[in-house]
Amino acid sequence: MSERVMMKGNEALAEGAIRAGCRFFFGYPITPQNEIPEYMSRRMPQVEGTFLQAESEVSAINMVYGAGAAGARVMTSSSSPGISLKMEGLSYLAGSEIPCLIANIQRGGPGLGGLAPSQSDYFQATKGGGHGDYHAIVLAPNSVQEMADMPGLGFVLADRYRTQVIILSDAILGQMMEPLTLPEMGFPGPVEKPWATTGAAGRPKNIINSLGLLGEELYAINLRLQEKYGRISAAEVRWEEENTADADLVVVAYGTTSRIVKSAAALARAEGQRVGLFRPLTLWPFPSEALAGLAEAGKHFLVAEMSAGQMVEDVRLAVNGKTPVALFGKLNGIIPTVREIYAVIKENCAVAKDGAA
Amino acid sequence: MNKVFARSAGLTETALSYCPGCTHGIVHRLVAECLEELSLREKTIGVAPVGCAVTAYKFFNCDMQQAAHGRAPAVATGIKRVLPDRTVFTYQGDGDLASIGMAEIVHAAARGEKITVIFINNAIYGMTGGQMAPTTLAGQITTTSPTGRDPEKVGHPIRVCELLSSLQGVAFLARVSTHDPKHVGLAKAAIKKAFQTQEAKQGFALVEVLSTCPTNWGLSPIESLKWLEDKMIPYYPLATFKQPEEVTAVGS
Amino acid sequence: MDKVKKLEIDAERCKGCGLCTHFCPRGLIKTADTFNSKGYKTAVLTDEERCTSCTFCARMCPETAIEVYREAESRKVVG
Repeated sequence: MSERVMMKGNEALAEGAIRAGCRFFFGYPITPQNEIPEYMSRRMPQVEGTFLQAESEVSAINMVYGAGAAGARVMTSSSSPGISLKMEGLSYLAGSEIPCLIANIQRGGPGLGGLAPSQSDYFQATKGGGHGDYHAIVLAPNSVQEMADMPGLGFVLADRYRTQVIILSDAILGQMMEPLTLPEMGFPGPVEKPWATTGAAGRPKNIINSLGLLGEELYAINLRLQEKYGRISAAEVRWEEENTADADLVVVAYGTTSRIVKSAAALARAEGQRVGLFRPLTLWPFPSEALAGLAEAGKHFLVAEMSAGQMVEDVRLAVNGKTPVALFGKLNGIIPTVREIYAVIKENCAVAKDGAA
Repeated sequence: MNKVFARSAGLTETALSYCPGCTHGIVHRLVAECLEELSLREKTIGVAPVGCAVTAYKFFNCDMQQAAHGRAPAVATGIKRVLPDRTVFTYQGDGDLASIGMAEIVHAAARGEKITVIFINNAIYGMTGGQMAPTTLAGQITTTSPTGRDPEKVGHPIRVCELLSSLQGVAFLARVSTHDPKHVGLAKAAIKKAFQTQEAKQGFALVEVLSTCPTNWGLSPIESLKWLEDKMIPYYPLATFKQPEEVTAVGS
Repeated sequence: MDKVKKLEIDAERCKGCGLCTHFCPRGLIKTADTFNSKGYKTAVLTDEERCTSCTFCARMCPETAIEVYREAESRKVVG
């Protein structure tokens, strides 16, 4: 029974997680994601799940560690400063290969920052944030529909690879209301987790651990992790393209910025500018190959993000100097407008056209 | 005509950003008056929390630092160790002090850090919209305890003064209230003693101030003061839990 | 002789919370019908004569919006 409803992004994410079989939520209040724990506090008892407000984001991520290692489908949510607190826990989760979902409803930083949306946790999400050589899968929704759908995808990927999935959202997506179709209740069967610590009756004991004191032990852990990340990179990249085939300029954006860019690009197209859109859905693994292909075809790039420029580095790496990559980086505190981005698109389209001619 | 009640120089001219009837404003004034009356203001550094009082750095007329959520006692420790002859205080809510900051406050108290902590207990998370706090009463409805706090599931509320009173480093520990002029007067006396304890280098001083949150309790300011008196005080009894043998009076 | 008022209530600081109204022992403070620039209906003293300058209102005001004046003691020589 697919319901068509109108919901706030944060609540859609929570409901999406519940429908994907999440039955454990540990979190802590922080604006602008409070609706997630509040919704979970009402909804979890209804599905006989567990909601617990932890004493801090640090405790919450460690509760996730315990629950995930005990075999549960578990998630936590927070926003930028709270996500920073979770970084040690995330590194432990990675080293111990515990599946889980972490939602970051990004706000302005650094420090206590502000409550407006941002995209300045991109580095933290995709390059680490926690210590050591690890990667979390990073999913980037850009609508309330995707806020509801991505938890399900996230849990499937988390269990498939015994890995951590970050949903990198922002304050606008969290707070806005849009119509959506809720995903079906229930996920395809409980996943077997023979590695989980559930009590060793009838089987050899399990150990969940990230310590590798002997050099060879740690090396083996890291080898296993890198091999896994290689498999994920090969199989789980996701992105969306629009009007790139004939484009002189391709605008790369994710999340809320991609919505603003879409409107701006439509204005430019209406005037005959040949602009295309490229929207990564996975920020890690990053759709580098697809971008490299577009660069090969001579297209110029404009990266638009609500930060001083973070994703632009991954785009530049992918393009590898073949064509110019410009940046529209709106600093935290002010949200970019359609008109603003349209002006930058026009400017860069002109350069791209000259370049092509 | 003589002026018998004036705005303290310990407060800046900036209008407070708290909700109508919120007792934060009363406590801010008491702290400001104490710092003025003890002639401490110009050598004071205050530490603001994360919570409704996050912008306290705008309201107290002294040097201020804004700290990460719960970390004010650690920040205050850093300041006091660098500047031991200055007056250092933190001003923290119940989420800041008793939830995320529990480790920091216990250890600052255990170490006997010579700081003064003003702890605002209003049994709820104000700034973030009314979630359950460690001090939320059993049965109290909040946005994360929508059917009332269930002690079976999430335990009973924490009595911070009682918890800290076992620590030797604590020199002054009191719980006071703001629900009527008499208790506001007693609260000021306790806050004054807490600063005097620091001045006399006697150890860690904390005043827990029972306070209201009309907006998130869903009550009028007057009803909130009544709820505080009727519901909070029975669970959080007003008392002086610890005081040094001689709190040497500094100033008047 | 011009009289200084017993209460100076800063209407722009006042948020109409009602604490002063409640705690005045003689019920002399009321809420005005007019708004300040923030949209609050503010507190006003209704009876200057009966005010004893006890300062309860000022002590309970969370905005420190009230300053209080008291008449200097008049010395009456009796007998």
